[in-house]
Amino acid sequence: MDNLIENKGFVFSKESLRKKFRWSEFLSEKIISGVAFLSITIIVLIFVFVFRETLPIFHHKKETVKIESVQKQEQYGGAEASGPTNASGQEQYGVTTTDTMMIENQARVEDTVVHEADEATVKSLIGKEWLPVSDRPRYGLIPLLVGTLKITLLAILFAAPIAILAALFSAAFAPPWLREIIKPAIELLAGFPSVVIGFFALMVMASFFQDIFGYDTRLNAFVGGIAMALAAIPIIYTITEDALTAVPRSYTEASLALGASRWQTALFVTLPAATPGIFAAVLLGVGRVFGETMIALMATGNAAMISANPFESVRTLAATIGAEMAEVVFGDTHYSVLFLIGSLLFIFTFGLNALAEFYVKGKLVKRFQGK
Amino acid sequence: MSKKNKIIGTLFIGTTAFSAFLIIAIILVMLIVIIIGGKDTFSWEFLTSFPKDGMMKGGIFPAIYGTALLVVIMSVAAVPFGAITAIYLTEYARETSVLAQTIRFAVRTLATVPSIIFGLFGLGFFIKFVGGGMDNIFLGGQLKWGQPNILWASLTMSLLTLPVVIVSVEEAIRTVPREMREASLALGATKWETIRRIVIPGSRSGIMTGTILAVSRGAGEVAPILFTGAAYYLATLPTSLSDQFMNLGYHIYIMATQSANVDQTLPIQFATTLVLLMLTFMLNLTAVIIRSRLRKKAK
Amino acid sequence: MKQPKIQTRELSLFYGEKMALNSISMDIPEKEVTAFIGPSGCGKSTFLRTLNRMNDLIPFVKITGEVLVDSLNIYDKQIDVVNLRKKIGMVFQKSNPFTKSIYENVAYGPKINGIRERKKLNEIVETSLKNAFIWEEVKDRLYDSAMGLSGGQQQRMCIARALAVEPEIILMDEPASALDPISTAKIEELIFELKKNYTIVIVTHNMQQAARVSDYTAFFYLGELIEFGKTRKIFTTPDNKQTEEYITGRFG
Repeated sequence: MDNLIENKGFVFSKESLRKKFRWSEFLSEKIISGVAFLSITIIVLIFVFVFRETLPIFHHKKETVKIESVQKQEQYGGAEASGPTNASGQEQYGVTTTDTMMIENQARVEDTVVHEADEATVKSLIGKEWLPVSDRPRYGLIPLLVGTLKITLLAILFAAPIAILAALFSAAFAPPWLREIIKPAIELLAGFPSVVIGFFALMVMASFFQDIFGYDTRLNAFVGGIAMALAAIPIIYTITEDALTAVPRSYTEASLALGASRWQTALFVTLPAATPGIFAAVLLGVGRVFGETMIALMATGNAAMISANPFESVRTLAATIGAEMAEVVFGDTHYSVLFLIGSLLFIFTFGLNALAEFYVKGKLVKRFQGK
Repeated sequence: MSKKNKIIGTLFIGTTAFSAFLIIAIILVMLIVIIIGGKDTFSWEFLTSFPKDGMMKGGIFPAIYGTALLVVIMSVAAVPFGAITAIYLTEYARETSVLAQTIRFAVRTLATVPSIIFGLFGLGFFIKFVGGGMDNIFLGGQLKWGQPNILWASLTMSLLTLPVVIVSVEEAIRTVPREMREASLALGATKWETIRRIVIPGSRSGIMTGTILAVSRGAGEVAPILFTGAAYYLATLPTSLSDQFMNLGYHIYIMATQSANVDQTLPIQFATTLVLLMLTFMLNLTAVIIRSRLRKKAK
Repeated sequence: MKQPKIQTRELSLFYGEKMALNSISMDIPEKEVTAFIGPSGCGKSTFLRTLNRMNDLIPFVKITGEVLVDSLNIYDKQIDVVNLRKKIGMVFQKSNPFTKSIYENVAYGPKINGIRERKKLNEIVETSLKNAFIWEEVKDRLYDSAMGLSGGQQQRMCIARALAVEPEIILMDEPASALDPISTAKIEELIFELKKNYTIVIVTHNMQQAARVSDYTAFFYLGELIEFGKTRKIFTTPDNKQTEEYITGRFG
């Protein structure tokens, strides 16, 4: 036998085994952990930068108050110095010397108008009118919020039952070969870009449903809702299917052993056991619809009005950002209000995700581990 | 009683089956309608020529080019960062550590943030903060980077696709058996050597799946680029990172909602939709095939 | 007894709160084969993995006591685990070739050690494969994937891969448990050859195997070392009643 180890000296020495510092090891670990931090950083940055752009709305308000009080003082001062005269009197006193004063005065008047408008902006946020481009812009978020909720409700009412039932079919009833077809097929729907769904809704569905229901406005909440449902279905289906297949076999076997039929087991044992997961699925579906932009832009008609009629046009929060952001002046009030809408969307979907994550996960663990 | 039960059961199972098939039927109808609507216009020339006559005629080459450029730049940013995050989560972080849990939560949150928010972020952060800052520092306030362009749009898109990459790569890394890591370590390899020589080569297919899925997602998303770099019409192709670009999805949106004569350009719109759909479909299909092979291997 | 190569002193191991090894002290002789036997879950594999600090990889494991190799405590804070593992090779229960060629598998360790020269690598690969009794079978297909080898060949290739790093000790964790009798016989023959140059510790489930290949045998039960001595003595006249019951097949 060949001997590989030629110098059989004392190899197990303190020297040869002394702890080594390896630069590559140290750096790779630091870099990898640093990069991993990125996703957290991005979330934080999104928070910071989306909120940062909304600040001028609230910032302006304070400034307005301050300037107004300063102006009042000035006016008092002016009144004391020039006696019981008013602005018109000033003009009479010095026609030749008050050119600059006049300009100043005018500027001051303009100032107050702008600031009053800004104050009005903040007040108008809870108003019922969304008229950002007009002489007296109004930024009422209520119609947008109502529109978004209306679309979301419609979409989920359509998507949730279908997706959950379809998931039940593929998880509990379909033979394995059929399941192998249905699951990837529905998951492929998730790969449809939303602009494609929006296009389909705009060009095909809107006319199709108009023929059936005979409504006046071709693009409306109903069409938008169904199109959005197409985007939500794969999400709800996939998570529900996972939740259903995660129900321990022992549950269903016990039920079947007691003589319950397959559908009874699925409906009364599997489905209830998976409720937290299904709840999470619906929540994530809601999140998807709530923030969906392209479908809303293309299929809902984009008219900001408050109405309970599903066949009226609506304008959603996300679509408003998508439609108007490209045309606003960076930094003006309209711009900030659009960012405010973005912040609301972000907070809402963040909350939904957190709810789905922590509440539901906790429940599932409790249920299946009997804690 | 039992007969009644049987009827209810059949009805119930029938309803679930109906739901499943309804979804598939909708998918098929969408596919068929789009294929029929677009097939006459769809041609090699359509893919390779510029729009003509104020976009009333001609092809969509600049939109295809812009989309390709977008996903390439996006992947260059998203894939390495996503893959490294996945490596951290599987190889370095302890499953139960607060940091790992927080990162996971952040990744899932990123995956659910509406795409329009990424657009806002791109505008507020990349364009105004980074771009504007660069202009102020290097160009003395001259406007170059502080406006929408393909770089900012691609980076915005890379944030959106980051979770896609992370999830795919993580799944692939988990299919590398623990025994192989142990073998490597037992031979005196360090952790990093093991990752570099065993783990990463072993999860190559996962990195590929992740990239493909990210590209497919990035090619189809429009909301994030609405105001971070996409342009309605450009006579020339983008040549610099600070240029704007045309994009397939954006092209569909613009043509369908804002073109001068929507009906006349309808065939172009359908054909463009067909191109985008084929692109994302083929990418997704490839990813699904690679992934299912990977899953079988894992079993 | 020869000079001890490995000595453990009151070595205990805890998984969180649970004690898996209870104060084990033993001397493993140099250039002999020492077998660890015992029913599954008795801690023999865990103990083996403390000898090259593989348990470091598992979270929440706490180890007390000492493991001395050539009188050097390998759990000392100053010890470099990576270099330690180069000196103490390991062969696993399930053969675990890398999804690379046979050549790349065997050359993996030397390459890690910074050997780049092709000629030197060729030499090491050939010698290692010869020493693991597999050279003749694979010399014409060195660049084929190692996954194409049979289970027994894979395991011998894994031994060659361990030898290529030039260890002094080889730890084997049930190396033949998944193999057919012919492959097992080849591995046993190999172990017999290897002990001329290496200190070998082998965990086995198979008592006949322990009796055939080992010079010393340690019997573990419920995380404790029950009895340790010359293999012949353990298998013929064990001191402990539990050992006797296990050997004679009354439990385990």
